[in-house]
Formats: sequence, C-alpha cells, structure tokens
Amino acid sequence: MIEMTDVHKAFGSKQVLRGVNLTVQSGESMVIIGGSGTGKSITIKCILGLVHPDSGQILLDGKNVEDEERDAFLAKFGMLFQGGALFDSLSVWQNVAFRLLRGSLKRPKDEAREIAIEKLRRVGLTPEVADQFPAELSGGMQKRVGLARAIAADPEVIFFDEPTTGLDPIMAGVINDLIREIVVEMGATAITITHDMTSVRAIADKVAMLHGGKIRWMGPVAELDGCSDPYVDQFIHGKAEGPIAAVR
Amino acid sequence: MNILAGIGRSFLGILSLIGRITIFASLAISHLVRPPFYPREFLVQLGYIGFLSLPVVGLTALFTGGALALQIYSGGARFNAETVVPSIVAIGIVRELGPVLGGLMVAGRVAASIAAEIGTMKVTEQIDALTTLSTHPMKYLTVPRVLAATLSMPVLVAIGDIIGIMGGYLVGVTRLDFNAAAYMTNTLDFLEVSDVISGLAKAAVFGFIVATMGCYHGMNSGRGAQGVGRATTSAVVSASILILASNYILTEVFFSA
Repeated sequence: MIEMTDVHKAFGSKQVLRGVNLTVQSGESMVIIGGSGTGKSITIKCILGLVHPDSGQILLDGKNVEDEERDAFLAKFGMLFQGGALFDSLSVWQNVAFRLLRGSLKRPKDEAREIAIEKLRRVGLTPEVADQFPAELSGGMQKRVGLARAIAADPEVIFFDEPTTGLDPIMAGVINDLIREIVVEMGATAITITHDMTSVRAIADKVAMLHGGKIRWMGPVAELDGCSDPYVDQFIHGKAEGPIAAVR
Repeated sequence: MNILAGIGRSFLGILSLIGRITIFASLAISHLVRPPFYPREFLVQLGYIGFLSLPVVGLTALFTGGALALQIYSGGARFNAETVVPSIVAIGIVRELGPVLGGLMVAGRVAASIAAEIGTMKVTEQIDALTTLSTHPMKYLTVPRVLAATLSMPVLVAIGDIIGIMGGYLVGVTRLDFNAAAYMTNTLDFLEVSDVISGLAKAAVFGFIVATMGCYHGMNSGRGAQGVGRATTSAVVSASILILASNYILTEVFFSA
C-alpha cells in the first residue's frame, strides 16, 4: 500500500504540490488525472525518490520511502515513461533486460535475454525485434518495449506516465488493454497518469483528480461520470468553460 | 548601484558554479572507488574517447611539430641558433604543445559529445529511467567516461608527442637540410624523463577536466534542443578554459623551482 500524507513540493517560488493526500491499496489500479502542470508527474517522482518532497510523508507498506535502502526499494518498482525513455545505445532486449543484467537482480546473460524475449512476446512483439535498436521502432512499438522493460523484473508497483500520448487511437487501445491485462495478471499495484479519458475508463479501479497541488476528488471509476464536483465535470467532459482556467 | 549589484550577482554566480562543479567532481572521484563498477561501459568509452581521438590528436601534433620547426629555425636564424631546432621542438611538444593542444582538441571532440549525449538522455528522461532501474547515473554515465578520459589522454598525448617530434623531424630533414641522424641525436640528448612525465601528468589532468565538464553540463542541461545546445557549448568552453588555467598552474608546480 502506498500512502502519501500532506506532501508539499516547490521549485523556487512555484509551489507545485500543496498537501497531497493519496492512498493506493495493494493490487489496486489508481489513475491520476488533472491538467498540465498540476504536479501529476512530480507526485510519481516523489514516490520514487527522484524528487524529494519539502514536507509530508510517503509510506510504502508502512515504511517511509526515504528510509529504505535504495536498490532494494527501487527493485519493487517498474515505470513506463511518457516518451519510452529507452536507451538509444542498447538493443531492444538489452533495454528490456537492463535491470536483469546488473545490480542485485543480475542474471546470466542468456537467461536475461530469454526473459526479455518472453516479456516482449507478452506485450505483442516478436523475438525478431529483440536485436533491433529503439530508433528503428515506431512510437507504438517503443511504448510496448518500455512496457516490457517496466514489467521485466516482476515489480510490485508499476507507474505509467501518459501511456497513450502520441499514439493513434487503435494503438492507444492496445496499450490500455495490455496495461489492464498485465496489472491484473501480475497482481501489481498500478499508478497511471493520463489526460486520456478512454485510458482512465480502461485502466482504472480508482481515479484521483489533482488540481491546485491537492487531490481535488478521489473515488471509484464507476462514480466518475456521476461526480458532482464542477472541476471533475469540466475536466472529464473537456469543457472550455468552468472553474478550471483554460489558460494556465 | 544597479551596475554594482549586477557585478556582485555575476561574481556570486561564478562562485556558485565553481562550487557545484567542485562537488560534482568530488562525487565522481568518490564513486570511482565504490562498487558497482561498469567495466563494459568503461571499455566502450575507452574506445570512443581514446582510440577514436587518435586521428585528431595525431594530425594536430604532426602539423604543430612541423610549424614549430619552421618557426624556431627562422627565429633562431636571427642569432645564429638554428641548431636548437630539434631540442626546442622536442621540449616544446612534450612539455606544452602536445598536452595542451591535444587536450583542447579532445575537449572539442569529446566534451561536446558527452554533454550532447547525456543532455539528450536527460531531456528524454533516460537519466530518470536509469535511476528507476536501480542504476546510479553518476556510476553508470560519469565514472566510466571520467576514468576512460583520465587514463587514455596520457597515452594519446604520448603518441601525439612522437608524431609531433616526427613532424619537426620531417620538416627539419626535408625542408631545412638537417642531417637525419644528428636531428634525432639532438632530440634525444636534450629531452629528459621529467619533461615527458610532466607532459603526461598534464594530459591526465586535462582528460579528467574534459570528461568531468562534459558530464557536468550534460547532467545539468536545460530542456529541449536549445538546452542541450547550450550544455554542449558550455562544456567545450569551460573545459578549454580550465585546461589553459590548469596548464599554467601545473607548469608552475613542475618547473618554477
């Protein structure tokens, strides 16, 4: 279980998080929605320790994330980055097996390659892709490779940062289905950031809306459409008029 | 008052930059001796920084040695000292021009490339991805580059020294009518081991500077293409200035007594 309590973060004079309180139960798929620049990515980066909060507490299974041994702590996580963030200089299989080729989870090279190919197959890519380089792949294939890398070491928690951005609707649907299947199959906890309401409905068990550096609304995805909060209503229906300023 | 405030701000900014670079370099050194190590990355960088810089350093040394021989010959002719050409070429190349020009050429080639590569990795979130994959970016990206540059620069400069002296020899023998055997004898007789060692020690320092500046500016690159472009320029400029400044300090240390 992940618990964020009163987390604040500022960059210079810009206050991004103003007291985020968020609880994600184990095995739950939480989707965080919100406008651009509302601090969704910073929230994830705070949990991962890529950004240190100014104040507040973040617990993973009851333990403060700041006190955990970094290598063992990070081994529990997988992350799919918005742009894939694949390493250009490494082949696809080396990207997928990156964590299995070094550090505490290191395996023999042949075994790591085998696992990488299996994970690639799991996300719908053929073994022939394994020896290609990221620059040779389409955007959708790069996302799948990023997804394969995120699940390569069977993490307990997976983060998805804008998983369908830049993809055509069909490929976005494929990625959404894959995420849902993999999360259910692995029993992992998932936190997804997205603007794409189709993704929200396909992936989420619960939805949290971040606005003004705080969680504005949180509830089961089934209650999202009936939500009376005007901020949520404006966001999920994409209305230009409403309490959220169109120009930020 | 505004002018004074501006000068003060600039001065504080420079001090702050020096502090940040010093901390970064200290961290890089501290990670050099702490596991995990990435030997494959080190070997890749050794090939890229060391082996592939050889043509640039070699050509620079060759033409510099030749030009130096011509300059010393024409300058020495004013007081009938043309015979010093072999010894001055050798000492000039080995002590100063080999390491400094080699360092500047490698700064142009390697610091720019490192800053661009790491800067691009930063803006495309590859550095964050490394961290989430339990890999310390300082250990995986900075340490192999700094170690490879520090170890390969002395070898590059040693080869450059030989090529530079050969450049002077070729010009001396073919253009200035020196006797080939006498040229070589004069070169070897006047060259001391301390000349060579001081030049190679300078080269190691310059290698460290080049890679550290490339990595520092890459890791602190701004967003987008403009940010990466600025990081690349800053890496080359700061590496070049630091090479020239540290060259003066090292020369004082080695030869001022």
